[in-house]
Amino acid sequence: MAAYLPHTEADIRAMLEKVGLKTLEDLYSDVPQEFLHRGEYDLPEALSEQELREWLQGLDAQTPRLKVFVGQGAYDHYTPAVIPYLTQRSEFITAYTPYQCEISQGTLRYIFEYQSLICALTGLDVSNASLYDGPTAAAEAMMMAVECTRRKTRVLLSATLLPHVVKVVQTYAKFHGVEIGLLPADGGETSLAALQAELAKDDVAGVIVPSVNRYGIVEDHSGFAEAIHAEKGLLVEYCDPSALAVVKTPAEWEADIAVGDAQPLGIPLCYGGPYVGFMAVRKDHMRKMPGRIIGQTADASGRRAFVLTLQAREQHIKREKATSNICSNESLMALWVTIYLSLMGPDGLREVNNLSSDGAHYLYGELLKTGLFEEVFPGKPFLKEFVLKSRVSGLQEKLAKAGFFAALPTEEGYVSFCVTEKRSKADIDALVAAIKEG
Amino acid sequence: MKYYDKLIFELSKEGRKGYSLPKNQFPQSPELPLQLRRASALPLPEVSEPDVVRHYNNLSQMNFGVDTGFYPLGSCTMKYNPKINEEMAALPGFNALHPLQDAPAAEKVLAHMNDLLSAITGMHKFTFAPCAGAHGELTGLMIMRSYHIGRGDLGRTKVIVPDSAHGTNPASAAVCGLEVVQVKSLENGRIDIEALKPLLDSSVAGIMMTNPNTLGLFETEIKTIAKLVHEAGGLLYYDGANMNPLMGVVRPGNMGFDIMHLNLHKTFSTPHGGGGPGSGPVGVAKHLEHCLDGLKVSGFHGNFGVILRAYAYILSIGRENLRKVGQYSVLSANYIKESLKDLYKLPIEGVCKHEFVFDGLLNDGAHDDVPGATTLDVAKRLLDYGFHAPTIYFPLLFHQAIMIEPTETESKETLDAFIAVMRQIAAEAAQNPELLHAAPHNAPISRPDETAAARNPILKWQDTLPA
Repeated sequence: MAAYLPHTEADIRAMLEKVGLKTLEDLYSDVPQEFLHRGEYDLPEALSEQELREWLQGLDAQTPRLKVFVGQGAYDHYTPAVIPYLTQRSEFITAYTPYQCEISQGTLRYIFEYQSLICALTGLDVSNASLYDGPTAAAEAMMMAVECTRRKTRVLLSATLLPHVVKVVQTYAKFHGVEIGLLPADGGETSLAALQAELAKDDVAGVIVPSVNRYGIVEDHSGFAEAIHAEKGLLVEYCDPSALAVVKTPAEWEADIAVGDAQPLGIPLCYGGPYVGFMAVRKDHMRKMPGRIIGQTADASGRRAFVLTLQAREQHIKREKATSNICSNESLMALWVTIYLSLMGPDGLREVNNLSSDGAHYLYGELLKTGLFEEVFPGKPFLKEFVLKSRVSGLQEKLAKAGFFAALPTEEGYVSFCVTEKRSKADIDALVAAIKEG
Repeated sequence: MKYYDKLIFELSKEGRKGYSLPKNQFPQSPELPLQLRRASALPLPEVSEPDVVRHYNNLSQMNFGVDTGFYPLGSCTMKYNPKINEEMAALPGFNALHPLQDAPAAEKVLAHMNDLLSAITGMHKFTFAPCAGAHGELTGLMIMRSYHIGRGDLGRTKVIVPDSAHGTNPASAAVCGLEVVQVKSLENGRIDIEALKPLLDSSVAGIMMTNPNTLGLFETEIKTIAKLVHEAGGLLYYDGANMNPLMGVVRPGNMGFDIMHLNLHKTFSTPHGGGGPGSGPVGVAKHLEHCLDGLKVSGFHGNFGVILRAYAYILSIGRENLRKVGQYSVLSANYIKESLKDLYKLPIEGVCKHEFVFDGLLNDGAHDDVPGATTLDVAKRLLDYGFHAPTIYFPLLFHQAIMIEPTETESKETLDAFIAVMRQIAAEAAQNPELLHAAPHNAPISRPDETAAARNPILKWQDTLPA
């Protein structure tokens, strides 16, 4: 610890003298005596660096090392070595929000690249500098939809959105004073008929639907935008940005807002975070978008330069009139996905999708062959994730003992599986063998 | 730092690859139906791995971080980020943990962190879900509202916020569906209790305070304020952005606060990452523990990787050093203040805590006949001397605010060098104000045209100018 505190006894004496005080305690003479904590703090004694390392390595060794075959909002894609190497650079990781743009062009440039990449994936016009995670990005979209449509007060969520997305949006909505309606599923997909019935009530500000849903199904949103726009609402697509390399984009569905979690773009699982939420919008809604935005301009000598821009939207200007309290972003994680997308390029990202999808379909077929599973949504298109009905009870626990995290039970009583490019054919065969052995 | 003018897209060449993936061993899966397939082009860059490494190394060299130099950004607590913590956050077991997995070791870290933070703050129970300070504020206000609603006390829709508060306070309140009522500060920078009293009625859910406040001043009447707010049926929220000076000295829980958030990326040394990821755990007193149930504010368990770093930090500080963190941060702030107050306007005299605010140079450029410079000019000139600028034009109480927070991890030599440069800049402002107006002179870029950026937004590569 002393390693982080450069003060010598002589320094402390000299500094106290300059400020006209005798002891360090005098620095708190304005604090009422009763609030000065006199007792011993209930903390362990300081660990040396070696002791700290051994303690945490010991805890880390207790984590189960399972092969992950579950997604449900957190996907075990491969992280190229270049990413942690570059994101650990001191100049990136120890910087603050780029307030002093003249000495923050590194941060500002990569966020500008990140915005460009999110626009490339979603097909939409404008991206912000990132948000906390996918579920909170969806909550921001919910509040933004109400702000954009003013007199409308209700936001519809598809019941096929990932469970944690639904719960976070509901929490925000409860306190923000927005009524939430749940759109039921029909055959594992958001129901257009149910959507039309709800839209007829004339109070819908926005509708949030998943591009790839909680069952892994790639949803067909034909007719959604038309129906929603006819009632002056906004269509929000919740997306897995990795899958956007191959599935129809929010722009192609004529969505107004795209949100999601960019974790599948090479961010480690890390027990749920840090991840990074993204949001992109059509340019008509740009000035209602929450979060920081980076823009291009020129410096006094005409050189290309980047700055925080459109700040009139933000909390520190709007204060009590704000409709989002987002202050920072998840900058370093935005850098993470920027480097990931740069390395993968269009072919690599498509190949990741192919490998994952081919592996998942192989597993799907092998599981059915065991006779221990039943199809839930036969014929529905999926990529890397799917659900089945299992005839084996306690399957997840059994597989954990065999070294797999798989067959996660869902709210509906199905079991959920996911395969990424990190799972080899041998891994899948081993999983299926473990299931057969029971 | 040197100027480098490429964007990754501009390095792209068709057919170039920067990835290496395993061979596909599987039969080909069925193609997606045509109407579900992406039809548009996928304009991602095509670059090699060396291209990527060189590009981002070049970008990094236009950035200033705590590891580059002194970063006295007020209210941001830019302390040193210990390197062992980075290594511990990258441990392979934790990194490979799926958030829905049973993870006893990860739960042990969170439970231990709960105990450590409770010991440091005097709160009873923490939730680690919030991903940032502002996110913690929002969560804390949700807890405040849940408490009142749970008691059937439905009319409490207002929250009192001092005029010196962080901008996120009123914004968080508004997002949480609360009406913001501002209470003004006295000449001495503290909350005006006489102005507070008439605001305290049955419509008040609570008050949001940071103590020390954003002027770096301890709210000496906190006991009275807590009593008044509690008697009126309201709760006290503590904005933990300014917790650093209280480390090892004062516990918010003992001052009467019911709810608080901590910024692990400020007080607990985790890196700011250019604006995140942070972590904003929220602690509550025992009588509010039940309000944490069912409150889902982020996807999984919060920013676990950040929590791990802060955990490592607390373990390395330990019981015996906690107080030094608070004391040295306060000593350093007072040392700078006393060394510069003859050249910069100090609106409020007295001992400050971890930070303080000058209201610009004595020669602030406001009078035509006296050469001088504004706070913006001072800030930009500091960049030329290898320092990051302080927080400027905040708090809003003063027109030329310069908010300086040195933290406890800076040596006396660094503080002396900063003081010398601040004095040099004051002299330059008197002798050659033009030098300051045009600063910075040796940063990678000079001052950019921010008006043009907002008027003609170019927000992505090859953007057509949106209307």
